[in-house]
Amino acid sequence: MKAKLIVEGCVWKFGDDVNTDIIIPGRYLTITEPYELAKFAFQDLDPDFHKKVNGGDVIVGGKNFGCGSSREQAPLVLKTLGIGAVVAESFARIFFRNAINLGLPVVECPGIADAVKKGETLRITLEEGKIENVSTGKTMRGTVLPGFLIDIIRAGGAVAALNAKIRRAR
Amino acid sequence: MTITEKILADHSGRKETSPGEIVEARIDVYMVHEFLQQVETVFHNIDMEKPLHPERIVALLDHWAPAPSVDAAEIHKICRELVERYGIQNWYDMREGICHQILPEKGHVVPGEVIVGTDSHTTTYGAFGAFSTGIGTTDMAIVFATGKLWLRVPESLKINVSGELPEWVMSKDVILRILGDVGADGATYKAMEFQGDTIHSMSIDARMTLCNMSIEGGAKNGIIEPDQKTFDFLKGRVRKEYSPVYSDGDAHYADELYYDAGKFEPQVAKPYSPANSVPITEVEGTEIDQAFLGSCTNGRLEDLAVAANILRGRKIPLSVRMIVIPASKEVYSEAMREGLVETFIESGAQVYYPTCGPCIGGHLGLLASEEVCVSSSNRNFLGRMGSGKSKVYLASPATVAASALAGRLTDPREVGRKHS
Repeated sequence: MKAKLIVEGCVWKFGDDVNTDIIIPGRYLTITEPYELAKFAFQDLDPDFHKKVNGGDVIVGGKNFGCGSSREQAPLVLKTLGIGAVVAESFARIFFRNAINLGLPVVECPGIADAVKKGETLRITLEEGKIENVSTGKTMRGTVLPGFLIDIIRAGGAVAALNAKIRRAR
Repeated sequence: MTITEKILADHSGRKETSPGEIVEARIDVYMVHEFLQQVETVFHNIDMEKPLHPERIVALLDHWAPAPSVDAAEIHKICRELVERYGIQNWYDMREGICHQILPEKGHVVPGEVIVGTDSHTTTYGAFGAFSTGIGTTDMAIVFATGKLWLRVPESLKINVSGELPEWVMSKDVILRILGDVGADGATYKAMEFQGDTIHSMSIDARMTLCNMSIEGGAKNGIIEPDQKTFDFLKGRVRKEYSPVYSDGDAHYADELYYDAGKFEPQVAKPYSPANSVPITEVEGTEIDQAFLGSCTNGRLEDLAVAANILRGRKIPLSVRMIVIPASKEVYSEAMREGLVETFIESGAQVYYPTCGPCIGGHLGLLASEEVCVSSSNRNFLGRMGSGKSKVYLASPATVAASALAGRLTDPREVGRKHS
């Protein structure tokens, strides 16, 4: 049996309709080095976000997280900063795909925005859509991702999953 | 089945399909702009030398064109090298204009096909009866490698508009109003299908604006059944055979919205969401520093003509910078022939070469803190067009022009009436 995909980390909270320009403003997109670019994550909300965040931390958003542009740099800067997962009331579809393609776990969980405070610790079991608030002891159920998407995350992203498929076909 | 369901069934070798199903769809056209450089950072990790179907790729530079910085120039240089290496034949460099304008102009968009692009406003091509959506760079690298992409068949949202639009009310006002009604996530994962006599009496330019902004409601695609206007536009541009697709009379829709065209008014989206829209009368008088007419949303000939009609023979006050960017070389040339460019220049507006420019906070008119811009573009997100302390109001080309003249948000019906 494969080991379960579990993410545990400290919560950063955001509201509804967090768009890709908020996550990484378009005016920085000519920077192509991910670590350089990640310094500008959430620039217009908190210029020091990249300094404050720790590896494994979890972002909790409201409705429509990641709406706006198709820029994959949005989940890329979050992954580069070490974000372990994004949990939101709902996601915009391009961000959702892009995050999974990069191997960044995303979990849709209605009610999460009210159930979690900044700085609390969440423990997420991806295959079960289970979200435990370690700080309060409360457990919530998010939407379970289809198996083929879990496999992509497990493989470390869509490219790794595709390469495995190409090698099997040869 | 709806037009969207039929196209996806056809492209995944199925007789039929229904919302929620995951299909692996054949992709006919792949559009990439400067993000080709990003696609390569992914594609080079795939166990393949070259894209499987380089002939399906359409590549160009429009976001940071001409390069406003050395960083942008380096990205352009890499893109040009990749075009050579990948054997991409449909390559326009920065010569033709903004992607969503030039793909239809150059005959890459036909009804019934599936198109993806590394840009969220790829939904624009639905105006020609194609299924068309924006994807990220990893998805594009996978499309390069396989020619296919998994897609969840979307539920369709029927939006029916019937009747005649009032004077000075444009398709931009229609879509801003619809976005205000459905909300920024009201169409997430769904197809927005625009129907009704008002839609089919609209020009191709106007229809493109509707599909273009369907993404602002979270839609996967926006789509309009093709008609004679579509075929007339495509004639002389398209060099391939195509089969138009139409929704069945008994197609199922997740929801249906009906609008009386006569009740639309000039509409403005307040900061910081395109869905935050209100009738112009609620925000009239708000002072502006900049007026932007352009972008893939409203930089077409009809848009320029409407704005020029308002500006003709009048002067924009020095307190307002008005920036005009035609969406393509074709639009620019025609605007020159028709005297529109001269009208803009005479009125005090500045006209630049086709590019995305300030819409993405790229170049050619970024905003300083506390500045306010009225823009014909598609997004007024925090910091989108410059400083995180600036504000953008989205509006139609008519409202942009009327507001530029007055130095504050202005109802084009006032200015238009006084002018005639």
